[in-house]
Amino acid sequence: MTAGSPAASSTGRLAARLAWRLSDPAVGVWLAALGVTLLGWIVVNARGGDFLTQPNVTIILQNCVALGLIALGQTMVILTGSLDLSVAYLVSLGTLVAAETMDGREGNIAWAVLVVLLLAGAVGLANGLIVTGLRVNAFIATLGTALILRGWIEDTYTGPAGSVPGTFRRLGYDRIGPLPVSVFLLAAVAVALWLICRRTRLGHHMYATGGDEHAARLSGVRTHRTVILAHVLCSLCVGAAALFLAARFGTGSPWAGTEARYDLESIAAVVLGGTLLAGGRGGVVGTLGGVVVLAVLDSVFNQLSVDPFFKNVLRGVVIIAAVAVWTRRRRRGAPRRTA
Amino acid sequence: MTTETPTTPKAPGRPARIAALLGGGAPVYALLAALLVALAVTDPGFYEPDRLLAFIRRAAPLVLLAAGQYLVIVCGQFDLSVGAIVTAGVVVAAELYSEFPGAHWLVVCAVLLGAGALVGLVNGLITTGLGVPSFITTLGMMLILEGGVFFWTGGSPQGYLPDDFRAIGRDDVFGGLPWAVLVCAVVGAGAVALMRSGFGRTLIATGDSERAAALSGVRVHRVRTVAFVLSGAAAALAAVLVGGFSGVSAQAGSGLEFEAITAVVLGGVLLGGGRGSVVAAMAGAFSLTALFTLLNLQGVSGALESTVQGAIVIAAVGLGAADWSRLRRRSPSRGGPPS
Amino acid sequence: MRRTSVVKRTSSVKPTIAVKSTSPAKRTGSVLGAVLLAASLLVSCSSDAPPDGSPSAPAGSGAPDDDAGREAEFFAQEEYDQQLSLMGRSPEGPEGRPWEQMLIPEMIPTEEYALPEAEAADIHLCFSNAGVFNPWRQVGMTTMEEEVAQHEEITEFTVIDAEGQDDKQISDIQELAGQDCDALIVSPNTTATLTPAVEEACGRVPVIVFDRGVNTDCPVTFIHPIGGYAYGAAAADFLVDEVDPGGKILALRISPGVDVLENRWSAAELAFEESELEVVDVEFTDGDPATAKSVVTDAIQRHGGIDGVWMDSGATSVAAIEAFEDAGEEVPPITGEDQQDFLQAWSERDLTALAPTYPTFQWRTPVIAALRVLAGEEVPEEWRLPQPTITEDDLESYVRADMPPLHYAMCGCEDMPGYPQAWGG
Repeated sequence: MTAGSPAASSTGRLAARLAWRLSDPAVGVWLAALGVTLLGWIVVNARGGDFLTQPNVTIILQNCVALGLIALGQTMVILTGSLDLSVAYLVSLGTLVAAETMDGREGNIAWAVLVVLLLAGAVGLANGLIVTGLRVNAFIATLGTALILRGWIEDTYTGPAGSVPGTFRRLGYDRIGPLPVSVFLLAAVAVALWLICRRTRLGHHMYATGGDEHAARLSGVRTHRTVILAHVLCSLCVGAAALFLAARFGTGSPWAGTEARYDLESIAAVVLGGTLLAGGRGGVVGTLGGVVVLAVLDSVFNQLSVDPFFKNVLRGVVIIAAVAVWTRRRRRGAPRRTA
Repeated sequence: MTTETPTTPKAPGRPARIAALLGGGAPVYALLAALLVALAVTDPGFYEPDRLLAFIRRAAPLVLLAAGQYLVIVCGQFDLSVGAIVTAGVVVAAELYSEFPGAHWLVVCAVLLGAGALVGLVNGLITTGLGVPSFITTLGMMLILEGGVFFWTGGSPQGYLPDDFRAIGRDDVFGGLPWAVLVCAVVGAGAVALMRSGFGRTLIATGDSERAAALSGVRVHRVRTVAFVLSGAAAALAAVLVGGFSGVSAQAGSGLEFEAITAVVLGGVLLGGGRGSVVAAMAGAFSLTALFTLLNLQGVSGALESTVQGAIVIAAVGLGAADWSRLRRRSPSRGGPPS
Repeated sequence: MRRTSVVKRTSSVKPTIAVKSTSPAKRTGSVLGAVLLAASLLVSCSSDAPPDGSPSAPAGSGAPDDDAGREAEFFAQEEYDQQLSLMGRSPEGPEGRPWEQMLIPEMIPTEEYALPEAEAADIHLCFSNAGVFNPWRQVGMTTMEEEVAQHEEITEFTVIDAEGQDDKQISDIQELAGQDCDALIVSPNTTATLTPAVEEACGRVPVIVFDRGVNTDCPVTFIHPIGGYAYGAAAADFLVDEVDPGGKILALRISPGVDVLENRWSAAELAFEESELEVVDVEFTDGDPATAKSVVTDAIQRHGGIDGVWMDSGATSVAAIEAFEDAGEEVPPITGEDQQDFLQAWSERDLTALAPTYPTFQWRTPVIAALRVLAGEEVPEEWRLPQPTITEDDLESYVRADMPPLHYAMCGCEDMPGYPQAWGG
């Protein structure tokens, strides 16, 4: 498009702007979510089913919550250039501690919430300190923490334990219209993290540290503190996910986190949402989109009764393909940062 | 993880790098020595030749995986698919024998090695060609392999592994020398020779600084792809050993990818590439196996085993990192995953 | 309207929690806390909540079996005694069809669920499966599919697989309960966590639960073999009989914290305590044969030989046998499960062995039960299936060289049209 008439040039600019927008993975992933939903709707309707019913929408949203919370936390550490593989065991331990502390009594709810978040924060702090203080690579550090938590769980619990009172279980089951209450929890956490990323110094430091730790340190960012705080934020999100799952289960479950493979699934959701695994680029909005894509896909698979083993194949292909697309777009020059 | 991050801490100069190659694994040798002494104290019979050989045979699959993983890590990548390759290898071998009961074991081994190399090739091409971070490529590949192989076989292995196939993992060549020890030695020697060759040097140079390597004429993509191919083949060979050692199983390789990466990191190899020796990586694999054996012999409560393991891994890597910074007089605080 | 109240509660709660939070991290924590508290205070805006009542009460009468619910470490003496007595009892029902047999049944009427004549030939059966993540469940799933194929009146069979995730299975059950299923079969992934979802489904469709139970008696029937205590005790008693007093026993377990397996072990532990045998090691193998082989090899070395091996399931028993062979030792009395590879190794090597089973034929029963319920025929409130143990005497009738190594012999599937191809034979 050469600048001929003013009209043509303005369309050209518009197109360029649109292309610029589309090359932003956070936009792309939401478009993908829309596309998958549409595709699911077409396929399911073609088979005589009904995809966008209220129960189905509620279920899809409900299924976003646990993975969404964990993936949001994971986004914080990945943005900072770190990684957390301990989330799966932490979420299991969180459900157990929550349910045992509540012990079926409503009066204990506030206390239990506090205890779980404290525990999660402590694990995050430990992760952050090991990564920065001991200079252990995040991959190994959090793998080690995961093993330690695993031993703790296996040594302490012989199965589901504790009991969640009815009032708290409402967090897992109630809905307002088609919206599950728990989605508001997810939304609140997402907004809080978005604000942190975009509006606070910590957020800017996180992007800076993840983008280039050396340069960030030279320009006065206290990178260690930033990494530690990112890990604490991540673990707090995991704690929130544990509370949600406890509400849903009515008890604590020692295999809640590992059987859902939240460690790898959350990383997959984050990169699906366009966040760079190496850190420094991406953000909350994209991650939520990634989680929605996975949840909608799951629902479509359910409706079509896809073989559970074949589902894994499809998931693997989707994750690789999505990241390949983001990389391609990024190479063509994409916005520096999204959140 | 092929995106350039120009400001990764600059690698030490050539003499320092050679020193690193020789001495970089020092902590792991100390760890291995300590574990071997502890084993001797716990179990005086441990050093009888046949038991020592049995120990090496037990360690052999992990040693192969560590050697393969080392090649990938040292050029700045990850291979998370090796555990799935081991599982798939065992299941596919059983499936092959159920389809062609009379197949010669050499043919089956060759098919497995070829398939492993092919998986590595795909990993390498997606990572280098499409620019997908290897963490994601191989994570996706893990899902695809696990799902695909069980989708094909209907959920579990369908055949038996005959004795002649299993001989490599189970029987002795002559006297008391197990086949697995021989394979392990040959692969070890091969890996050392490879790293001393021109290819080894370009591999390390690539991991050290992709840009510098490319500028000096290294075909970075090809070098990395070859590393993935070798890692895939090593994993397939490990599958032959594992299948031989313990027979048909539906979860032969579960968790091995993390063990292999842990072993390599224990060996002082830097995640992110450019530093570390293959001998130290294999010593890391022996250390890990020695640790497992020691925990068994000590009779540590089964449930707490993972806690001890996690703590030791963090401590060992942390100590290794501390030694490094003192020796090199700089702080390589690279907390995050490599870029 | 409700949403405004949420916001209000949030803002009113926040100050009390955000005591001295200055850092963003703390701020998020307090926001989280506030939101959670607010959510928990929401009492009036429910619409999907499971019926009130207390699914959290551990005393569900419908779930006595393997799961002891929330306090799994608690040893249920009464249940233990009952299971042991049931092992010696002969079941009611057709000879040679153990999946239709039942022990001490208390029949209940089901007329309220009977389908009208017009729909009786057009049944939509739904199944929420915990997953097919191990060979036992795969054999079971195949068996159930073949059972469904035998009944022409079942025109639609919807299966949703939870892939081992409680959270997903809760949604799956909600999803199926919302479809036009005539009956819903549930194989819960975890007893306690799925109770609320099952309770909710009970109000909409007749529910049949099998394998693990739920802590509520709302399902029409709960189908299960005798149970884990009986399994563990059968294996332990065999070793007590076969191993000389003072013998060293190695116990191999899959992993800690799995309720079903915990029960097997607690019963065995009790039997060993009362005997003169010494349990020298209790080790976890994660179900991995390579680990099992290493563990057994180490145990032989450490204790200078092992006189008996107790296993909580069959996945690694062949690896244990080989560990003795490779160490040049005679294989001591050993227990396993009804997996083909173990049965064949037992038969070929002429071992002293025993195979208690957790029979996969129980996957046939829910389909049969569903059809009975929809026809208005009575079913037992708790359908206790027999739990056969394979001994030396009947070993040969279960060994089938043409079946895959991880096939479970007690599938009760030999008479089905798809046998053996559908099971990989």
